Amino acid sequence: MSASAATVLSASTDLRFRYAVHLGDTSLILAQRLGEWVGHAPALEEDLALANIALDLLGQARYLLSYAGEIEGKGRTEDDLAFLRDPSDFTNLALVEQPNVDFGHTIVRQFLIDAWQLELFECLQGSSEPRLAELAAKALKETRYHYRFSSGWMVRLGDGTEESHKRVQDGLDSLWKFTSEFFAPGAVDEEAAAAGLGPDPASLRAAWAANVEQVLTEATLKKPADVSYRWFGKRNQHSEHLSHLLAEMQFMQRTYPGVQW
Amino acid sequence: MSQQRKQWPLYEVFIRARSGLEHKHVGSIHAVDARQAVEHARDLYTRRQEGVSIWVVRSSDITASDPGDAEALFEPAKDKIYRHPTFYSIPDEVKNL
Repeated sequence: MSASAATVLSASTDLRFRYAVHLGDTSLILAQRLGEWVGHAPALEEDLALANIALDLLGQARYLLSYAGEIEGKGRTEDDLAFLRDPSDFTNLALVEQPNVDFGHTIVRQFLIDAWQLELFECLQGSSEPRLAELAAKALKETRYHYRFSSGWMVRLGDGTEESHKRVQDGLDSLWKFTSEFFAPGAVDEEAAAAGLGPDPASLRAAWAANVEQVLTEATLKKPADVSYRWFGKRNQHSEHLSHLLAEMQFMQRTYPGVQW
Repeated sequence: MSQQRKQWPLYEVFIRARSGLEHKHVGSIHAVDARQAVEHARDLYTRRQEGVSIWVVRSSDITASDPGDAEALFEPAKDKIYRHPTFYSIPDEVKNL
C-alpha cells in the first residue's frame, strides 16, 4: 500500500471516529441533563417521560461511542470515552450542556434539539457508513416521539397561563443563541458531510426553522433574533457548565478507576 | 398567592397487548389532556413492550356500579353454574378464549 493511500485511510477512520463522538456526545450530555430531573419533575408522569427520553438518548450515545471506540482500534470502550475524557475532549453541541433551570427551560432546550435531531437523523439514514445509517433509522423513531412530547409542551406552556408563557419565553430568549451552532460550518460535521458520512449542517436549517416557527406561532411565543454563536461545542469550546456536569457524571470512574457494579 | 394548585385530571388506561386481543385496563395516570394522557400511558405502561395500542378515557366519564347494589346485581348469578362453559371440551387450536 502506498503512503498516500494509507494516509487517506487513516484520515477517514479518524474522521469517522470524531463524527461519531460528536453525535454521541450530544446525546450523552443531554441524557445526563435530563437524568437530573429524576425525582424532581413537576409530576410523576413527567418524571418518567423525561427519564424515558434520557434513556433513548443514552442508548444512542452508547451505540455511537462503542462504534467510535471500535473503529479507533485503541481498545477504548464506550465507558472509557464517556467517563475518562476531559471537558475539552467533548464535542457535543453547547446547547445540550446548558442547565435545566426550570421545567420551561428544559422543554425549550429539548424542543430545539429534537427539531434538529429530526432533520439530522432523517438525513443520516443515507450515510455512506452503514453503522451510522442503522443508528439513524432507530434514533429517528425515538426522536419523533421526543418531538411530539416537547412540541406538545411548548404549545401547552406557551399558550397556557401568564406564568407558564413567561417561563418558556425566557427559556427561548436565553437558549436561542445556541441554535446557530447547529448549522455553523467549520467543524467535524462539515468534514463528515464532505466525506458522505452525514448531512451538510447548513442544509438542515430550512426544515428545522419551518418546524420551529410553526410551533412557536401555535404556542404564541416570540422568536428571538438570530445571533452568531459564541460557544462552539462541536469544536471543543464549551461553557463552564460542561465541567460541572462531567464532574458529577464521571465522579465514580475517576475516583474508583475500573469500578463495576 | 391566590392561584390554586390543581391536580391534573385522572385518566384510565387500557392496553392491547397483541393484535387480536382486547384492550385491558392496566391502571390510571394524570394528564392535562387526552393527547398527553396517551403519551403518559405510553411512557408508564408500555416500557417493556406490553402493548401495541392504547386507549385512555377520563376517569370522570366512567359510570360505575354502586357497591351497595352488589347483592342485587351479582348474587342472582351465583346458583346458575350451568352458564359456565365447563361442560364443553375446548379444541387445542382455540387460543385466547
